[in-house]
Amino acid sequence: MNEVETQNKVKIHTKNLDLFYGDVHALKDVNLDIQSHNVTALIGPSGCGKSTYLKTLNRMNDTIDGVKITGDVFLDNENVYGKGVDVTILRKKVGMVFQSPNPFPMSIYDNITYGPRMHGVKKRIELDEIVEKSLKGAAIWDEVKDRMKKSALSLSGGQQQRLCIARALATQPDVLLMDEPTSALDPISTTKIEELIAELKKNYSIVIVTHNMQQAARISDDTAFFLLGELIENHKTETIFSSPQDKRTEDYITGRFG
Amino acid sequence: MSDKLSNDVAITDRKKRPFEKLFYSVIYLLSGCVLALVIYFIAIILIRGLPALSLSFLTSAPNPIQQTIGIFPSIVNTLYIIFFTLLCCIPIGVGGAIYLNEYAKNKRLVSAIEFATETLSGVPSILYGVFGYVVFCLLFGFKVSLIAGILTLTIMVLPIMIRTTQEALKSVPVSYREGALGMGATKWYMVRTILLPSSLKGILTGIILSIGRMVSESAALLLTAGGSAMYMPKGSLWDQLSSSGSTLSVELYRYAYSRGDNETAFGIAAVLILIVILLNLLTRFIAGRLNTQ
Ligand SMILES: Nc1ncnc2c1ncn2[C@@H]1O[C@H](COP(=O)(O)OP(=O)(O)OP(=O)(O)O)[C@@H](O)[C@H]1O
Ligand SMILES: [Mg+2]
Repeated sequence: MNEVETQNKVKIHTKNLDLFYGDVHALKDVNLDIQSHNVTALIGPSGCGKSTYLKTLNRMNDTIDGVKITGDVFLDNENVYGKGVDVTILRKKVGMVFQSPNPFPMSIYDNITYGPRMHGVKKRIELDEIVEKSLKGAAIWDEVKDRMKKSALSLSGGQQQRLCIARALATQPDVLLMDEPTSALDPISTTKIEELIAELKKNYSIVIVTHNMQQAARISDDTAFFLLGELIENHKTETIFSSPQDKRTEDYITGRFG
Repeated sequence: MSDKLSNDVAITDRKKRPFEKLFYSVIYLLSGCVLALVIYFIAIILIRGLPALSLSFLTSAPNPIQQTIGIFPSIVNTLYIIFFTLLCCIPIGVGGAIYLNEYAKNKRLVSAIEFATETLSGVPSILYGVFGYVVFCLLFGFKVSLIAGILTLTIMVLPIMIRTTQEALKSVPVSYREGALGMGATKWYMVRTILLPSSLKGILTGIILSIGRMVSESAALLLTAGGSAMYMPKGSLWDQLSSSGSTLSVELYRYAYSRGDNETAFGIAAVLILIVILLNLLTRFIAGRLNTQ
């Protein structure tokens, strides 16, 4: 595939998506395309539905009681909410890093190999290789390489978040959903993660939620602005930041509210 | 502004907190009392009981002709009952708790079942005895036998297993579940690899409580498993399980109450306490081994 083709391919297509948590209308008629091999940033004030939208992409909202979803999400032209969908395959393809770090109460090594083992990787050499590659990818290898057998819960908050990124990479997803992955990180780790994202986008499609406007501007190709459950506008990131179409977007990114 | 909030005070100027001191003293005193009671209790039993123990007491059956007393048959009965009851109630109890907590969709039904288990764990054991007698001994035709006793005790300790396992499962953070499911784990894989290992401690507590309940049970077993153990165990395992037999607690009751033979009763009590301590250590050991795997 040549450069132009890969850049214009739609990876995820969201159509008329509505989501209710009981009576709370958390997503209102959202229509959004996520490009393949791109970084798409979701921005918007707290509580506007960014995490909720992210979770509709790998159906992590299914597990919550009282959620009602209408509309469609297509991943490579397959309907994520269609009949006969195996969510385990969907979630293998669409990996996720959660807003707060959630390492499992087991060793660092076992955390990383959890996904690969589950999907049938058994050979020790292969697992070792995946572990090293994922941890290096998430910029945490040097800090943990001598303590693989130690509990992941003994890591600092920022290290835990990078471990979770490594854990998500280890299952080799197609799409990576990241919910504020750097909000608990120091500037150095943040830079490393941002570099990692730039690197990952060659092979993955990335959707990232961030409250940091500079970060969104730095790392994303497309940006989508949400407000109170609505998608206000989405464009190339340059366009959003240089000439937003909607007054509310402008107000938000210039820090006038939110 | 209240001057209680004034910062015009040195941090070394310790406040007097008489109430706190009193509170701590009371707590220490009470814990001391509890500890002393437990030690006194165990000491009395061991001091009075251990002298009654002898090799023949531990390894023989009662012999009315030679007028000797032996508790080997009831030791074996007690261990059988503990082992086989656990064998029945751990899978059902843990499985039931997993179902109620993780799979059941109908919340109303779940709270109804939870209410029922809670109520059942408070029902006097003699009622289980009557139920077990009618259902297992008569209806199922097991007669008065160890099997009937095992089934009765299974029903009796099941609520304990379910409750403790449920509590343990509830204390596992939602974020662990999300993490596993988010990587494409099936629910059962998540339960096996995340939930069960994390709630092992709680399940262990359930097992230890259950063992305690079984060992101390007399009323329910008297009705379903039998009131005496006169003969050395013989025949196949099935033969042994389908014949009647008393456990140590039942024997203890018989010697202390019907015969007024306190020496023997204390001897049995000492054996019981040792068995309970050993089983608790064993359970911990096994759980520890499982945990490191
Ligand atoms: N499990 C839930 N049950 C009920 N309401 C929920 C639930 N999760 C989220 N909501 C509601 O849905 C709305 C969107 O929440 P969401 O978590 O998607 O916001 P967000 O944009 O990610 O915010 P933040 O930037 O603070 O993370 C909020 O009003 C929130 O209260
Ligand atoms: Mg969020």
